[in-house]
Amino acid sequence: MVERRTTLGIFAHAVMILGVLIVAFPLYIAFIASTHTSQAILQVPMPMSPGGHFWENYIAALNGHGGGAGSNAPVARMMWVSLVTALVITFGKIAISLLSAFALVYFRFPFRGLVFWAIFVTLMLPVEVRISPTYKVVSDLGMLNTYAGLTVPLIASATATFLFRQFFLTVPDELVEAARIDGAGPMRFFKDILLPLSKTSVAALFVIQFIYGWNQYLWPLIATTGEQMYPVVVGIRMMIAGGDSGNEWNIVMATAIMAMLPPAIVVVLMQRWFVKGLVDTEK
Amino acid sequence: MEKRVRFDSQVLPWMLVAPQLAICAVFFFWPAAQALLQSMQVQDSFGLSTEWVGLDNFKTLFNDSAYLESFQVTAVFSLLVAVLGISLSLMLAIFADRVVRGALFYKTMLIIPYAVAPVVTGVLWVFMFSPSIGVVAFGLDRFFGFQWNHLLDSTHAMTMIVTAAVWKQISYNFLFFLAGLQSIPKSLIEAAAIDGARPWRRFWTIQFPLLSPTTFFLLVINMVYAFFDTFAIIDATTHGGPGRDTAILVYKVYQDGFKGGDLGGSAAQSTVLMLIVITLTVLQFKFVEKKVNY
Repeated sequence: MVERRTTLGIFAHAVMILGVLIVAFPLYIAFIASTHTSQAILQVPMPMSPGGHFWENYIAALNGHGGGAGSNAPVARMMWVSLVTALVITFGKIAISLLSAFALVYFRFPFRGLVFWAIFVTLMLPVEVRISPTYKVVSDLGMLNTYAGLTVPLIASATATFLFRQFFLTVPDELVEAARIDGAGPMRFFKDILLPLSKTSVAALFVIQFIYGWNQYLWPLIATTGEQMYPVVVGIRMMIAGGDSGNEWNIVMATAIMAMLPPAIVVVLMQRWFVKGLVDTEK
Repeated sequence: MEKRVRFDSQVLPWMLVAPQLAICAVFFFWPAAQALLQSMQVQDSFGLSTEWVGLDNFKTLFNDSAYLESFQVTAVFSLLVAVLGISLSLMLAIFADRVVRGALFYKTMLIIPYAVAPVVTGVLWVFMFSPSIGVVAFGLDRFFGFQWNHLLDSTHAMTMIVTAAVWKQISYNFLFFLAGLQSIPKSLIEAAAIDGARPWRRFWTIQFPLLSPTTFFLLVINMVYAFFDTFAIIDATTHGGPGRDTAILVYKVYQDGFKGGDLGGSAAQSTVLMLIVITLTVLQFKFVEKKVNY
């Protein structure tokens, strides 16, 4: 800091605390609501300190024993579907992007520019602009209500490909020459030299893509028709269909907390890579 | 930039890009081409016959007052989200840049909304703002005598989705502004301080102008976010209501095409959306190029 200004310092802390309070308030309310009975929450105003029904509510939510007017599907199953989907999307994106970036940077082949542009153009075609035709393709392929249907259409990634391409371009050419002199083929070079060097980029992308995969909403909403294959973010939306007093808000909020937890843990624990990844991919 | 040293193979590179290209072709290009094609066709209600109608679907679309209204709603919504989100996060980033003690704690707390799914944000907002049981609705009534009802009042409904969308986007904007502020050379600030410029003056004459590329970038990103990623918030909270007053374009495509079954009309809407994304993406990349030179 350039100069010391006590008043400004205190004011800065005050603003930061205000910001933190704004961010934390909805999360706090959700947590409080998840520890009370549904009757206690329907009292206006609802209690502002934790109640004693924490385990009861979370177990009821996980097993699907809530009695709300909306959907009461077991959350344990939804969490599993979300986890599998998010992990397959994350590793799928990273794997195919690593391979395509490797091809684009280290080989010269006809139509290379065209391939680059084809991958680039996918940035401009989010699910939202091609809902019905994509649904038709997936249903024609018999992929509705399957893990393949939930994940494969989302695995193409222009941002990840560009990030790896950008990184590969900074890898010194001497490494390739050295590998060649030692008699290593392209795949050997990729596996033993390029992959270990890319660790940081992979970690950064892991955080971003895991959150992307876990929080996907529109696509699973279209590609699934039964509770059996709902990820938790779709499931929770079905739970609140009962209306203000028909919903068991304690169960819904317990589900909300559980739906937030895995991506929040990933972001907080991998904060350093997350920030780097965000600023590098600019996405 | 190109590599000097390469591997020689004609087959291997194609095998390497094959998975990515296959997915792009099957799930991106084919459906997008279908959308373009369908936007110029009309199907009868049984899907038995298809007729080529050229640009008729677009003409109908732009003569439809509901669609034009939706355009207006989207413009208001995305402008509010972008401006509010950016100014709030800029303020937080400026003070975070000054704070030394507790900086990591503040930063950690502020990035959490990024991890929260838009639809979960929507569910939290429904719960807090519910006119009968919500804490926020209660607080507004008790302390300000303000009757909150987003189910009847479209300004309330708009406020609700804007605050939810801004809350979720604070993390993203905040991190970019903080990175931007920290990359401004300390010597510039010190020189201005020696010349007698106080913090307020230094912000407007040095930091804010130097942040302008970041601000512009975030403006585009926030527009894209408000256009496309807020579908889940609206689907969980207002369902586009009351009436059609919060039905943004993406929500309308989903309702008309996927729920309502109007294939030609919704394909035309998709095409319009595609044009919007293309414009925004081109803007974004134009900016990235500029930043590299800068």
